[in-house]
Amino acid sequence: MEFLQQVANALTQGAIYALIALGYTLVYGVLRLINFAHGDVYMLGAFFGLFISRWTGALTLSQNNKSVPLWMTAVVFVGAMIGSALVGMVIERFAYRPLRTAPRLTALITAIGVSLLLEYGGQMAFSPDPQPFAALIAERNIIDTPSFSLSLVQLFIVGAALLLMLSLNFLIQKTKIGRAMRAVSIDRAAAQLMGIPTDRIIAFTFALGSGLAAAAGVLNSIYQPSIDPLMGVQVGLRAFVAAVLGGIGNIYGAVLGGLLMAFAETATVAVGLSRYRDAVAFAILILVLLVRPAGILGRNVAEKV
Amino acid sequence: MLSIRNVRVRYGPIEALHDISLEVNEGEVVTLIGSNGAGKTTTLGAVSGLLPLAGGQIHFDGHDITSLAPHKRVPLGLIQVPEGRRIFGTMTVAENLDLGAYARTDRANLRNELDEIYALFPRLAERRNQAAGTMSGGEQQMLAVGRALMSRPKLLLLDEPSLGLAPLLVKEIFAVVKRIRAKGVTVLLVEQNAHKALEVADRAYVLETGHISMTGDAKTLANDPRIKAAYLGA
Repeated sequence: MEFLQQVANALTQGAIYALIALGYTLVYGVLRLINFAHGDVYMLGAFFGLFISRWTGALTLSQNNKSVPLWMTAVVFVGAMIGSALVGMVIERFAYRPLRTAPRLTALITAIGVSLLLEYGGQMAFSPDPQPFAALIAERNIIDTPSFSLSLVQLFIVGAALLLMLSLNFLIQKTKIGRAMRAVSIDRAAAQLMGIPTDRIIAFTFALGSGLAAAAGVLNSIYQPSIDPLMGVQVGLRAFVAAVLGGIGNIYGAVLGGLLMAFAETATVAVGLSRYRDAVAFAILILVLLVRPAGILGRNVAEKV
Repeated sequence: MLSIRNVRVRYGPIEALHDISLEVNEGEVVTLIGSNGAGKTTTLGAVSGLLPLAGGQIHFDGHDITSLAPHKRVPLGLIQVPEGRRIFGTMTVAENLDLGAYARTDRANLRNELDEIYALFPRLAERRNQAAGTMSGGEQQMLAVGRALMSRPKLLLLDEPSLGLAPLLVKEIFAVVKRIRAKGVTVLLVEQNAHKALEVADRAYVLETGHISMTGDAKTLANDPRIKAAYLGA
Protein backbone atom coordinates (compact mmCIF):
# COMPACT_ATOMS: atom_id res chain seq x y z
CA MET A 1 0.00 0.00 0.00
CA GLU A 2 2.97 2.24 0.67
CA PHE A 3 3.84 1.65 -2.98
CA LEU A 4 0.35 2.60 -4.15
CA GLN A 5 0.57 5.78 -2.11
CA GLN A 6 3.79 6.73 -3.85
CA VAL A 7 2.23 6.02 -7.23
CA ALA A 8 -0.70 8.32 -6.46
CA ASN A 9 1.63 11.09 -5.32
CA ALA A 10 3.87 10.67 -8.36
CA LEU A 11 0.87 10.81 -10.71
CA THR A 12 -0.25 14.07 -9.13
CA GLN A 13 3.18 15.65 -9.47
CA GLY A 14 3.64 14.16 -12.93
CA ALA A 15 0.39 15.68 -14.19
CA ILE A 16 1.70 19.11 -13.20
CA TYR A 17 5.12 18.58 -14.80
CA ALA A 18 3.44 17.28 -17.95
CA LEU A 19 1.28 20.39 -18.33
CA ILE A 20 4.35 22.63 -18.11
CA ALA A 21 6.46 20.37 -20.33
CA LEU A 22 3.77 20.66 -23.01
CA GLY A 23 4.41 24.40 -23.22
CA TYR A 24 8.14 23.92 -23.73
CA THR A 25 7.52 21.34 -26.41
CA LEU A 26 4.80 23.30 -28.25
CA VAL A 27 6.95 26.42 -28.51
CA TYR A 28 10.00 24.39 -29.47
CA GLY A 29 7.91 22.73 -32.17
CA VAL A 30 7.02 25.94 -33.97
CA LEU A 31 10.14 28.05 -33.24
CA ARG A 32 12.97 25.60 -32.38
CA LEU A 33 13.43 27.78 -29.30
CA ILE A 34 13.65 26.78 -25.65
CA ASN A 35 11.50 29.40 -23.98
CA PHE A 36 13.40 29.66 -20.70
CA ALA A 37 10.82 32.11 -19.38
CA HIS A 38 8.19 29.36 -19.45
CA GLY A 39 8.68 28.39 -15.78
CA ASP A 40 8.11 32.02 -14.86
CA VAL A 41 4.91 32.14 -16.86
CA TYR A 42 3.84 29.20 -14.68
CA MET A 43 4.70 31.33 -11.61
CA LEU A 44 2.68 34.25 -13.02
CA GLY A 45 -0.25 31.87 -13.53
CA ALA A 46 -0.17 31.08 -9.81
CA PHE A 47 -0.09 34.80 -8.93
CA PHE A 48 -2.93 35.58 -11.34
CA GLY A 49 -4.81 32.78 -9.56
CA LEU A 50 -4.08 34.39 -6.20
CA PHE A 51 -5.26 37.83 -7.32
CA ILE A 52 -8.46 36.46 -8.80
CA SER A 53 -9.04 34.45 -5.60
CA ARG A 54 -8.73 37.68 -3.65
CA TRP A 55 -11.01 39.54 -6.00
CA THR A 56 -13.76 36.92 -6.10
CA GLY A 57 -13.56 36.43 -2.31
CA ALA A 58 -12.38 32.83 -2.63
CA LEU A 59 -9.29 33.63 -0.56
CA THR A 60 -11.32 35.06 2.33
CA LEU A 61 -13.66 32.06 2.29
CA SER A 62 -10.70 29.71 2.33
CA GLN A 63 -9.00 31.60 5.18
CA ASN A 64 -12.19 31.32 7.22
CA ASN A 65 -12.19 27.57 6.58
CA LYS A 66 -15.29 27.81 4.42
CA SER A 67 -15.56 25.89 1.18
CA VAL A 68 -15.08 27.75 -2.08
CA PRO A 69 -17.98 27.39 -4.55
CA LEU A 70 -17.13 25.64 -7.78
CA TRP A 71 -17.83 28.67 -9.98
CA MET A 72 -15.16 30.64 -8.13
CA THR A 73 -12.64 27.89 -8.70
CA ALA A 74 -13.57 27.88 -12.38
CA VAL A 75 -13.20 31.68 -12.61
CA VAL A 76 -9.76 31.49 -10.97
CA PHE A 77 -8.61 28.83 -13.44
CA VAL A 78 -9.95 30.49 -16.56
CA GLY A 79 -8.76 33.92 -15.46
CA ALA A 80 -5.24 32.72 -14.65
CA MET A 81 -5.02 30.87 -17.96
CA ILE A 82 -6.15 33.93 -19.93
CA GLY A 83 -3.74 36.16 -17.97
CA SER A 84 -0.75 33.95 -18.64
CA ALA A 85 -1.78 33.41 -22.27
CA LEU A 86 -1.69 37.18 -22.77
CA VAL A 87 1.70 37.41 -21.05
CA GLY A 88 3.00 34.62 -23.30
CA MET A 89 1.81 36.48 -26.40
CA VAL A 90 3.41 39.72 -25.20
CA ILE A 91 6.72 37.92 -24.57
CA GLU A 92 6.61 36.39 -28.04
CA ARG A 93 5.67 39.66 -29.72
CA PHE A 94 8.27 41.88 -28.09
CA ALA A 95 11.14 39.57 -27.09
CA TYR A 96 11.19 36.77 -29.68
CA ARG A 97 9.51 38.01 -32.85
CA PRO A 98 12.08 40.76 -33.51
CA LEU A 99 14.72 38.01 -33.39
CA ARG A 100 12.98 35.66 -35.85
CA THR A 101 15.89 35.83 -38.30
CA ALA A 102 18.64 36.36 -35.72
CA PRO A 103 21.04 33.54 -34.76
CA ARG A 104 19.54 30.99 -32.36
CA LEU A 105 21.96 31.91 -29.61
CA THR A 106 20.60 35.46 -29.56
CA ALA A 107 17.07 34.20 -29.01
CA LEU A 108 18.26 31.79 -26.31
CA ILE A 109 20.03 34.54 -24.37
CA THR A 110 16.96 36.73 -24.74
CA ALA A 111 14.87 33.91 -23.28
CA ILE A 112 17.13 33.78 -20.23
CA GLY A 113 16.83 37.57 -19.96
CA VAL A 114 13.04 37.45 -20.06
CA SER A 115 13.13 34.75 -17.39
CA LEU A 116 15.26 36.89 -15.06
CA LEU A 117 13.07 39.90 -15.77
CA LEU A 118 9.95 38.01 -14.68
CA GLU A 119 11.63 36.50 -11.60
CA TYR A 120 13.08 39.74 -10.25
CA GLY A 121 10.27 41.91 -11.59
CA GLY A 122 7.97 39.50 -9.76
CA GLN A 123 9.88 40.00 -6.52
CA MET A 124 9.48 43.76 -6.88
CA ALA A 125 5.81 43.58 -7.77
CA PHE A 126 4.62 40.79 -5.44
CA SER A 127 7.34 40.90 -2.72
CA PRO A 128 9.84 38.03 -2.46
CA ASP A 129 8.02 36.48 0.54
CA PRO A 130 5.92 33.33 0.13
CA GLN A 131 2.19 33.99 0.17
CA PRO A 132 -0.59 31.60 1.16
CA PHE A 133 -2.84 30.35 -1.64
CA ALA A 134 -6.58 29.71 -1.43
CA ALA A 135 -7.88 26.19 -0.84
CA LEU A 136 -9.93 26.21 -4.03
CA ILE A 137 -10.74 22.52 -3.64
CA ALA A 138 -12.02 21.15 -0.34
CA GLU A 139 -9.28 19.48 1.69
CA ARG A 140 -10.71 16.09 2.29
CA ASN A 141 -9.74 12.56 1.47
CA ILE A 142 -11.76 10.42 -0.89
CA ILE A 143 -9.96 7.30 0.19
CA ASP A 144 -8.69 7.33 3.73
CA THR A 145 -7.17 4.17 5.16
CA PRO A 146 -4.18 4.03 7.52
CA SER A 147 -1.92 2.94 4.67
CA PHE A 148 -3.39 4.75 1.67
CA SER A 149 -5.08 8.09 1.24
CA LEU A 150 -6.19 9.90 -1.87
CA SER A 151 -7.29 13.49 -1.50
CA LEU A 152 -9.92 15.27 -3.55
CA VAL A 153 -7.18 17.74 -4.49
CA GLN A 154 -5.05 14.98 -6.02
CA LEU A 155 -8.00 13.58 -7.95
CA PHE A 156 -8.88 17.06 -9.16
CA ILE A 157 -5.31 17.74 -10.33
CA VAL A 158 -5.05 14.53 -12.31
CA GLY A 159 -8.58 14.94 -13.72
CA ALA A 160 -8.07 18.58 -14.74
CA ALA A 161 -4.69 17.84 -16.31
CA LEU A 162 -6.13 14.91 -18.23
CA LEU A 163 -9.01 17.02 -19.51
CA LEU A 164 -6.60 19.74 -20.67
CA MET A 165 -4.32 17.23 -22.38
CA LEU A 166 -7.19 15.55 -24.21
CA SER A 167 -8.49 18.95 -25.33
CA LEU A 168 -5.01 19.91 -26.54
CA ASN A 169 -4.70 16.67 -28.44
CA PHE A 170 -8.05 17.24 -30.11
CA LEU A 171 -7.07 20.80 -30.99
CA ILE A 172 -3.78 19.76 -32.55
CA GLN A 173 -5.01 16.68 -34.39
CA LYS A 174 -8.49 17.63 -35.48
CA THR A 175 -8.87 21.39 -35.91
CA LYS A 176 -7.82 23.78 -38.63
CA ILE A 177 -5.58 25.80 -36.34
CA GLY A 178 -4.00 22.59 -35.02
CA ARG A 179 -3.19 21.47 -38.54
CA ALA A 180 -1.66 24.88 -39.19
CA MET A 181 0.46 24.53 -36.03
CA ARG A 182 1.76 21.19 -37.20
CA ALA A 183 2.46 22.59 -40.67
CA VAL A 184 4.41 25.52 -39.20
CA SER A 185 6.43 23.14 -37.07
CA ILE A 186 7.28 20.91 -40.06
CA ASP A 187 8.17 23.67 -42.56
CA ARG A 188 7.47 27.31 -41.75
CA ALA A 189 8.24 28.68 -45.23
CA ALA A 190 6.05 26.08 -46.94
CA ALA A 191 3.26 26.90 -44.48
CA GLN A 192 3.56 30.56 -45.39
CA LEU A 193 3.36 29.69 -49.08
CA MET A 194 0.05 27.92 -48.38
CA GLY A 195 -1.38 31.15 -46.99
CA ILE A 196 -0.96 30.28 -43.31
CA PRO A 197 -0.30 33.41 -41.21
CA THR A 198 2.70 31.92 -39.45
CA ASP A 199 3.24 34.81 -37.03
CA ARG A 200 -0.32 34.48 -35.79
CA ILE A 201 0.04 30.70 -35.42
CA ILE A 202 3.26 31.17 -33.40
CA ALA A 203 1.56 33.74 -31.15
CA PHE A 204 -1.34 31.33 -30.66
CA THR A 205 1.10 28.55 -29.75
CA PHE A 206 2.64 30.77 -27.06
CA ALA A 207 -0.82 31.58 -25.73
CA LEU A 208 -1.71 27.89 -25.62
CA GLY A 209 1.49 26.81 -23.86
CA SER A 210 1.30 29.69 -21.40
CA GLY A 211 -2.33 28.91 -20.60
CA LEU A 212 -1.40 25.31 -19.78
CA ALA A 213 1.46 26.56 -17.59
CA ALA A 214 -0.98 28.81 -15.71
CA ALA A 215 -3.32 25.87 -15.14
CA ALA A 216 -0.35 23.94 -13.76
CA GLY A 217 0.56 26.93 -11.58
CA VAL A 218 -2.90 27.07 -10.03
CA LEU A 219 -3.10 23.28 -9.64
CA ASN A 220 0.28 23.15 -7.93
CA SER A 221 -0.70 26.02 -5.63
CA ILE A 222 -3.78 24.16 -4.49
CA TYR A 223 -1.56 21.15 -3.76
CA GLN A 224 1.23 23.10 -2.06
CA PRO A 225 -0.51 26.31 -1.00
CA SER A 226 2.38 28.74 -0.81
CA ILE A 227 3.61 30.74 -3.77
CA ASP A 228 6.56 33.04 -4.41
CA PRO A 229 8.14 34.71 -7.47
CA LEU A 230 10.92 32.13 -7.75
CA MET A 231 8.61 29.10 -7.59
CA GLY A 232 8.95 28.57 -11.37
CA VAL A 233 12.72 28.14 -11.38
CA GLN A 234 13.02 24.57 -10.07
CA VAL A 235 9.72 23.32 -11.47
CA GLY A 236 10.43 24.94 -14.82
CA LEU A 237 13.80 23.25 -15.01
CA ARG A 238 12.32 19.85 -14.19
CA ALA A 239 9.56 20.28 -16.76
CA PHE A 240 12.16 21.32 -19.33
CA VAL A 241 14.13 18.17 -18.58
CA ALA A 242 10.87 16.22 -18.89
CA ALA A 243 10.20 17.68 -22.34
CA VAL A 244 13.72 16.83 -23.55
CA LEU A 245 13.54 13.38 -21.98
CA GLY A 246 10.27 12.56 -23.77
CA GLY A 247 11.50 14.03 -27.06
CA ILE A 248 11.16 17.77 -27.43
CA GLY A 249 8.64 18.82 -30.05
CA ASN A 250 6.49 15.76 -29.37
CA ILE A 251 3.42 16.36 -27.18
CA TYR A 252 3.08 12.74 -26.10
CA GLY A 253 6.76 12.80 -25.21
CA ALA A 254 6.16 15.80 -22.95
CA VAL A 255 3.46 13.94 -21.02
CA LEU A 256 5.55 10.78 -20.79
CA GLY A 257 8.61 12.76 -19.72
CA GLY A 258 6.61 14.63 -17.06
CA LEU A 259 5.35 11.39 -15.58
CA LEU A 260 8.80 9.77 -15.69
CA MET A 261 10.34 12.76 -13.93
CA ALA A 262 7.75 12.62 -11.19
CA PHE A 263 8.14 8.88 -10.71
CA ALA A 264 11.93 9.15 -10.59
CA GLU A 265 11.66 11.99 -8.10
CA THR A 266 9.16 10.18 -5.91
CA ALA A 267 11.29 7.04 -5.94
CA THR A 268 14.42 8.99 -5.00
CA VAL A 269 12.62 10.63 -2.11
CA ALA A 270 11.07 7.31 -1.03
CA VAL A 271 14.46 5.65 -0.64
CA GLY A 272 15.62 8.59 1.45
CA LEU A 273 17.78 10.44 -1.05
CA SER A 274 15.58 13.51 -1.39
CA ARG A 275 18.59 15.80 -1.47
CA TYR A 276 19.70 14.18 -4.70
CA ARG A 277 16.44 14.26 -6.59
CA ASP A 278 17.60 16.79 -9.18
CA ALA A 279 20.87 14.92 -9.60
CA VAL A 280 18.89 11.75 -10.28
CA ALA A 281 16.67 13.58 -12.76
CA PHE A 282 19.65 14.82 -14.72
CA ALA A 283 21.39 11.44 -14.53
CA ILE A 284 18.32 9.87 -16.14
CA LEU A 285 18.27 12.58 -18.78
CA ILE A 286 21.93 12.03 -19.65
CA LEU A 287 21.51 8.27 -19.81
CA VAL A 288 18.45 8.47 -22.04
CA LEU A 289 20.07 11.00 -24.36
CA LEU A 290 23.13 8.77 -24.70
CA VAL A 291 20.92 6.00 -26.04
CA ARG A 292 18.29 8.12 -27.77
CA PRO A 293 19.62 11.60 -28.55
CA ALA A 294 16.23 12.85 -29.71
CA GLY A 295 14.48 11.72 -26.51
CA ILE A 296 12.26 8.72 -25.91
CA LEU A 297 9.58 9.55 -28.48
CA GLY A 298 11.62 12.06 -30.46
CA ARG A 299 12.22 11.52 -34.09
CA ASN A 300 15.82 11.51 -35.20
CA VAL A 301 15.63 13.78 -38.19
CA ALA A 302 18.74 13.87 -40.31
CA GLU A 303 19.47 17.24 -41.84
CA LYS A 304 18.22 17.25 -45.40
CA VAL A 305 20.80 17.60 -48.14
CA MET B 1 -2.30 39.34 -64.73
CA LEU B 2 1.21 39.30 -63.24
CA SER B 3 3.56 42.14 -63.93
CA ILE B 4 7.10 42.27 -62.58
CA ARG B 5 8.83 45.62 -63.11
CA ASN B 6 12.56 46.25 -62.61
CA VAL B 7 12.81 43.81 -59.73
CA ARG B 8 16.07 43.40 -57.86
CA VAL B 9 16.74 40.84 -55.12
CA ARG B 10 19.79 40.70 -52.90
CA TYR B 11 21.18 37.95 -50.71
CA GLY B 12 23.27 40.00 -48.32
CA PRO B 13 25.72 42.04 -50.39
CA ILE B 14 25.23 39.89 -53.50
CA GLU B 15 22.60 40.92 -56.00
CA ALA B 16 20.98 37.80 -57.43
CA LEU B 17 18.42 39.50 -59.69
CA HIS B 18 19.32 42.64 -61.60
CA ASP B 19 16.41 44.57 -62.99
CA ILE B 20 14.05 41.77 -64.00
CA SER B 21 10.83 42.62 -65.82
CA LEU B 22 8.30 40.14 -67.06
CA GLU B 23 4.60 39.76 -67.77
CA VAL B 24 2.22 36.85 -67.51
CA ASN B 25 -1.19 37.24 -69.13
CA GLU B 26 -4.36 35.47 -68.08
CA GLY B 27 -4.68 31.95 -69.46
CA GLU B 28 -1.04 31.66 -70.51
CA VAL B 29 1.61 29.15 -69.60
CA VAL B 30 4.83 31.12 -69.35
CA THR B 31 8.12 29.44 -68.64
CA LEU B 32 11.29 30.77 -67.17
CA ILE B 33 14.30 28.76 -68.27
CA GLY B 34 17.97 29.08 -67.54
CA SER B 35 20.86 27.22 -66.05
CA ASN B 36 21.52 26.52 -62.38
CA GLY B 37 22.00 29.70 -60.40
CA ALA B 38 20.55 31.97 -63.07
CA GLY B 39 17.92 33.26 -60.64
CA LYS B 40 14.81 31.29 -61.62
CA THR B 41 13.85 30.22 -58.11
CA THR B 42 14.79 33.65 -56.78
CA THR B 43 12.33 35.21 -59.23
CA LEU B 44 9.53 32.96 -57.97
CA GLY B 45 10.52 33.74 -54.38
CA ALA B 46 10.06 37.43 -55.15
CA VAL B 47 6.62 36.79 -56.65
CA SER B 48 5.39 34.59 -53.79
CA GLY B 49 6.86 37.03 -51.26
CA LEU B 50 9.36 34.82 -49.45
CA LEU B 51 12.20 37.07 -50.63
CA PRO B 52 12.05 40.82 -50.02
CA LEU B 53 12.76 43.08 -52.99
CA ALA B 54 15.71 45.43 -53.13
CA GLY B 55 13.94 47.39 -55.84
CA GLY B 56 11.11 47.31 -58.37
CA GLN B 57 7.41 46.50 -58.19
CA ILE B 58 5.16 43.48 -58.57
CA HIS B 59 1.50 43.77 -59.51
CA PHE B 60 -0.93 40.89 -59.53
CA ASP B 61 -4.52 40.97 -60.75
CA GLY B 62 -4.84 44.71 -60.14
CA HIS B 63 -3.14 44.69 -56.71
CA ASP B 64 0.25 46.11 -55.86
CA ILE B 65 1.76 43.15 -53.99
CA THR B 66 5.32 44.50 -53.86
CA SER B 67 5.50 44.44 -50.07
CA LEU B 68 2.51 42.23 -49.21
CA ALA B 69 3.19 39.37 -46.73
CA PRO B 70 3.44 35.97 -48.48
CA HIS B 71 0.40 34.50 -46.76
CA LYS B 72 -1.74 37.44 -47.89
CA ARG B 73 -0.90 36.78 -51.53
CA VAL B 74 -2.58 33.37 -51.48
CA PRO B 75 -6.16 34.64 -51.03
CA LEU B 76 -5.60 36.93 -54.05
CA GLY B 77 -5.19 33.79 -56.15
CA LEU B 78 -1.42 33.44 -56.28
CA ILE B 79 0.23 30.27 -54.99
CA GLN B 80 3.61 28.63 -55.37
CA VAL B 81 4.48 24.96 -55.59
CA PRO B 82 7.93 25.19 -54.04
CA GLU B 83 11.06 23.55 -55.37
CA GLY B 84 11.67 20.19 -53.75
CA ARG B 85 7.89 19.83 -53.11
CA ARG B 86 8.06 20.79 -49.43
CA ILE B 87 5.01 18.71 -48.54
CA PHE B 88 4.22 18.20 -44.86
CA GLY B 89 5.73 14.73 -44.60
CA THR B 90 4.37 13.52 -41.28
CA MET B 91 0.84 14.63 -42.08
CA THR B 92 -1.60 12.63 -44.20
CA VAL B 93 -2.30 13.32 -47.85
CA ALA B 94 -5.78 14.59 -46.95
CA GLU B 95 -4.37 16.93 -44.31
CA ASN B 96 -1.84 18.30 -46.79
CA LEU B 97 -4.61 19.01 -49.28
CA ASP B 98 -6.68 20.66 -46.58
CA LEU B 99 -3.80 22.97 -45.71
CA GLY B 100 -3.67 24.10 -49.33
CA ALA B 101 -7.16 25.48 -48.79
CA TYR B 102 -6.20 27.20 -45.52
CA ALA B 103 -6.75 30.72 -46.80
CA ARG B 104 -10.13 29.99 -48.36
CA THR B 105 -13.23 31.36 -46.73
CA ASP B 106 -15.68 29.27 -48.75
CA ARG B 107 -14.92 26.05 -46.92
CA ALA B 108 -18.33 24.64 -47.84
CA ASN B 109 -17.15 24.26 -51.45
CA LEU B 110 -13.98 22.39 -50.59
CA ARG B 111 -15.58 19.03 -51.32
CA ASN B 112 -15.81 19.88 -55.06
CA GLU B 113 -12.17 20.91 -55.25
CA LEU B 114 -11.11 17.78 -53.42
CA ASP B 115 -13.09 15.56 -55.80
CA GLU B 116 -11.54 17.34 -58.77
CA ILE B 117 -8.03 16.88 -57.42
CA TYR B 118 -8.61 13.24 -56.61
CA ALA B 119 -9.91 12.82 -60.18
CA LEU B 120 -6.78 14.54 -61.52
CA PHE B 121 -4.49 12.43 -59.31
CA PRO B 122 -6.18 9.09 -58.54
CA ARG B 123 -3.07 7.95 -56.62
CA LEU B 124 -3.70 10.64 -54.04
CA ALA B 125 -7.24 9.40 -53.49
CA GLU B 126 -5.93 5.89 -52.83
CA ARG B 127 -3.42 7.23 -50.35
CA ARG B 128 -5.46 9.92 -48.67
CA ASN B 129 -4.89 8.60 -45.15
CA GLN B 130 -1.23 7.76 -45.64
CA ALA B 131 1.59 9.93 -44.26
CA ALA B 132 2.63 12.08 -47.21
CA GLY B 133 6.36 11.55 -46.62
CA THR B 134 6.07 7.81 -47.22
CA MET B 135 4.98 8.27 -50.84
CA SER B 136 7.28 8.15 -53.87
CA GLY B 137 8.86 11.30 -55.25
CA GLY B 138 6.42 11.47 -58.15
CA GLU B 139 3.42 11.06 -55.87
CA GLN B 140 4.78 13.75 -53.57
CA GLN B 141 5.10 16.10 -56.51
CA MET B 142 1.49 15.39 -57.46
CA LEU B 143 0.50 16.14 -53.88
CA ALA B 144 2.42 19.42 -53.90
CA VAL B 145 0.55 20.45 -57.05
CA GLY B 146 -2.78 19.22 -55.71
CA ARG B 147 -2.23 21.05 -52.43
CA ALA B 148 -1.63 24.30 -54.29
CA LEU B 149 -4.70 23.77 -56.49
CA MET B 150 -6.82 23.45 -53.33
CA SER B 151 -6.40 27.19 -52.88
CA ARG B 152 -8.22 27.62 -56.21
CA PRO B 153 -5.48 29.83 -57.66
CA LYS B 154 -5.68 32.18 -60.62
CA LEU B 155 -1.92 31.89 -61.09
CA LEU B 156 0.13 28.84 -60.20
CA LEU B 157 3.87 29.26 -59.74
CA LEU B 158 5.57 25.93 -60.44
CA ASP B 159 9.18 25.65 -59.36
CA GLU B 160 11.14 22.81 -60.99
CA PRO B 161 8.30 20.28 -60.89
CA SER B 162 10.28 17.67 -62.83
CA LEU B 163 13.36 17.84 -60.60
CA GLY B 164 14.59 14.39 -59.58
CA LEU B 165 11.77 12.49 -61.28
CA ALA B 166 12.08 9.48 -63.59
CA PRO B 167 11.48 10.23 -67.31
CA LEU B 168 8.03 8.66 -67.30
CA LEU B 169 6.96 10.82 -64.37
CA VAL B 170 8.45 13.91 -66.01
CA LYS B 171 6.13 13.26 -68.93
CA GLU B 172 3.20 12.88 -66.57
CA ILE B 173 3.97 16.10 -64.74
CA PHE B 174 3.97 18.08 -67.99
CA ALA B 175 0.70 16.44 -68.97
CA VAL B 176 -0.63 17.70 -65.66
CA VAL B 177 0.51 21.24 -66.48
CA LYS B 178 -1.56 21.06 -69.66
CA ARG B 179 -4.60 19.88 -67.74
CA ILE B 180 -4.19 22.64 -65.19
CA ARG B 181 -4.13 25.18 -67.97
CA ALA B 182 -7.24 23.61 -69.48
CA LYS B 183 -8.96 24.30 -66.14
CA GLY B 184 -8.31 27.99 -66.77
CA VAL B 185 -5.40 28.41 -64.36
CA THR B 186 -2.53 30.59 -65.53
CA VAL B 187 0.90 29.04 -64.98
CA LEU B 188 4.37 30.46 -64.49
CA LEU B 189 6.72 27.51 -64.82
CA VAL B 190 10.35 27.46 -63.80
CA GLU B 191 12.26 24.55 -65.32
CA GLN B 192 15.71 23.24 -65.99
CA ASN B 193 14.24 20.84 -68.50
CA ALA B 194 14.02 23.55 -71.18
CA HIS B 195 12.99 21.13 -73.89
CA LYS B 196 9.84 19.99 -72.06
CA ALA B 197 9.09 23.45 -70.73
CA LEU B 198 9.17 25.06 -74.18
CA GLU B 199 6.92 22.32 -75.47
CA VAL B 200 4.17 23.05 -72.96
CA ALA B 201 4.52 26.86 -72.74
CA ASP B 202 3.12 29.69 -74.85
CA ARG B 203 5.92 32.11 -74.12
CA ALA B 204 9.29 31.91 -72.45
CA TYR B 205 11.87 34.07 -70.75
CA VAL B 206 15.51 33.03 -70.62
CA LEU B 207 17.36 33.98 -67.45
CA GLU B 208 21.11 34.33 -67.42
CA THR B 209 23.02 35.29 -64.26
CA GLY B 210 20.25 37.43 -62.83
CA HIS B 211 18.91 39.16 -65.92
CA ILE B 212 16.62 38.26 -68.79
CA SER B 213 18.67 37.58 -71.90
CA MET B 214 15.93 36.53 -74.32
CA THR B 215 12.18 36.38 -74.48
CA GLY B 216 9.59 35.35 -77.00
CA ASP B 217 7.19 32.78 -78.29
CA ALA B 218 8.02 29.32 -76.92
CA LYS B 219 8.07 27.64 -80.32
CA THR B 220 10.30 30.31 -81.81
CA LEU B 221 12.71 30.04 -78.92
CA ALA B 222 12.76 26.25 -79.17
CA ASN B 223 14.08 26.64 -82.71
CA ASP B 224 16.53 29.41 -81.93
CA PRO B 225 20.07 28.15 -82.53
CA ARG B 226 21.44 29.94 -79.44
CA ILE B 227 18.82 28.31 -77.21
CA LYS B 228 19.37 24.96 -78.87
CA ALA B 229 23.09 25.20 -78.22
CA ALA B 230 22.85 26.42 -74.65
CA TYR B 231 19.80 24.64 -73.20
CA LEU B 232 18.55 21.95 -75.52
CA GLY B 233 21.80 20.12 -76.00
CA ALA B 234 21.53 20.18 -79.78
